[in-house]
Amino acid sequence: MSPKASLELVCPAGNLPALKVAVDNGADCVYMGFKDNTNARAFAGLNFDQASAREGVRYAHARGTKVLLALNTFPQSDTWERWQAAVDNAVELGIDAVILADPGLMRYAAKNYPNLRLHLSVQGSATNYEAINFYHEHFGIQRAVIPRVLSLAQVEQVVKNTPVEIELFGFGGLCVMVEGRCALSSYATGESPNTCGVCSPAKAVRWEQTPTGLESRLNGILLDRYGKDENAGYPTLCKGRFEVNNETYYAIEEPTSLNTLEMLPEMIAMGIAAIKIEGRQRSPAYVEQVTKVWRSAIDSAKRAPDSYAVNPAWMAQLNKVAEGQQNTLGAYHRPWK
Amino acid sequence: MKLALGPILYYWERETTFNFYDEIAASPVDTVYLGETVCSRRHTLRTEDWIEVADKLAAAGKEVILSSQALIESESDLKTLRRIVDNGKFMVEANDMGAVHRLSAARLPFVSGPHINTYNPQTLSLLAELGAKRWVMPVEMSRVALGHMLRDRPSNLETEVFAYGRLPLAFSARCFTARHHNLPKDDCQFRCMDYVNGLTLKTREGQPFLALNGTQTQSASVYNLIGELDAMRETGVDVVRVSPQAFFTAKILRLFREVMDNRLPAQTANQQMTKLMPDQACDGYWHGRPGIEQSYLQASSAENAA
Repeated sequence: MSPKASLELVCPAGNLPALKVAVDNGADCVYMGFKDNTNARAFAGLNFDQASAREGVRYAHARGTKVLLALNTFPQSDTWERWQAAVDNAVELGIDAVILADPGLMRYAAKNYPNLRLHLSVQGSATNYEAINFYHEHFGIQRAVIPRVLSLAQVEQVVKNTPVEIELFGFGGLCVMVEGRCALSSYATGESPNTCGVCSPAKAVRWEQTPTGLESRLNGILLDRYGKDENAGYPTLCKGRFEVNNETYYAIEEPTSLNTLEMLPEMIAMGIAAIKIEGRQRSPAYVEQVTKVWRSAIDSAKRAPDSYAVNPAWMAQLNKVAEGQQNTLGAYHRPWK
Repeated sequence: MKLALGPILYYWERETTFNFYDEIAASPVDTVYLGETVCSRRHTLRTEDWIEVADKLAAAGKEVILSSQALIESESDLKTLRRIVDNGKFMVEANDMGAVHRLSAARLPFVSGPHINTYNPQTLSLLAELGAKRWVMPVEMSRVALGHMLRDRPSNLETEVFAYGRLPLAFSARCFTARHHNLPKDDCQFRCMDYVNGLTLKTREGQPFLALNGTQTQSASVYNLIGELDAMRETGVDVVRVSPQAFFTAKILRLFREVMDNRLPAQTANQQMTKLMPDQACDGYWHGRPGIEQSYLQASSAENAA
């Protein structure tokens, strides 16, 4: 089978109901995390314990869907065993691939489980083929997820120069910073994606109604202030409004969603192996809607790439669940930078 | 402990940069890191120019290390990386796993820079096996976590800590300085040259929070561990890094040197530094706290020199 025909749809599973709707609506793979800080969505009420993980794998495998496990935070010296045990557990559960960011952990997995399929997480910050080939040569990784900072032309350059499959983010929340290289959250709160699996953690967020508007604070730092007619989104640090040279604006990024539906034929033509949907922290309704739309779009683009066009109904459905009700092509489209 | 000067993170005029390193050549620093680590569009100094500066500093008795770019995206970025790796004279600081790959394949010793995510002893050992002679601790790591890292550290591996300067916190493909001026990155007009210490971003109630430096986002506050040099020595730190700023860098280096040599109390040095810093101090990360916090002596803020 040529890589062009094998583009996979990789959908988020924050819990068992989300996993099931992703499987039922056409995901080729689902990705999930354990109920601790071994993954980059270590949120309360999210993720899988042993029983739900076992049931999730059973449900997905019975329907021909693969299950990937995100172990994509960086173990610290005193908690190393937890990550090591998570790799052991993944093997025991029959997970199809683990998504790792830490080189030390990757070495452990490659050495102890030579048959376990390894994916390089977006948190591994590999933005060029030399970095990806490093992980391939040393640990035999079979797929790399690329940070949301490359243009499509740069992605193509990567694909041409590595034997490793490339997975791209297609839809969902947009990290403006290179994943794995952003300590903004720990600068403000002490907890970052790298160390704790969280960004702008909910426990540090305070909402306050004031005479000048609704204020969102992160560990006391004012991230934004909303007027009566404005929608207040989750206060992610980089999506607040700040003052630079006496001008107040979204200095880093607007609250917006990545949506690359229109680039699908190009992505398929350049041999991208998989499209990832962000959002393990989102509801099963979101997962259902997004999986359905992307399944239709991928099937349509594979069937007739030359006549492919984005169906307005798809956009309408995605816009209903998008963060900030706005879409962007992000860095894939050069002018965004 | 040795004293090091990190690479210039800002974009300065060519002459300013040459003058800066003339002053550094005469300063009490042991090691100097050189090169453009932030943005490949910056070009007042090319690789050959950096090597020329390196030769001068080496002649002045400094250990010179060439730093590679942190975010490597394009084929032309990779070409620059290969030129640096193949320079034939100076050790290289790897700031991306692509650089580690090239350096280890060429069996060259290297410094594993602050942008290589090194959070556990297993990863540290791996880097040492690949040829790292020194590693720079990630900026968000605490003293306690560093102690754990160094319990069984590989032999012949030095430890360096970013101990002074606005913290490099994040990298993006987007240029936030160009964005501030409503310019596309590809036609940025090199506006970052106007902000020699970065462009301060404040909250809507006027609290200095971050500093925009092109594609890099820094802390507005200046990380300052001058009061922690004894603790660093006890923990096993070998090299203390000062990050360049547009003014007073040589003075900052002298103060660090004097405290390291026990010729000046840290408190006195800290007092003198408040007037030399572009913003107030912070030291939270070292104490396992949010990075923005300051605990040492609660130093009063100096007016922004820019």
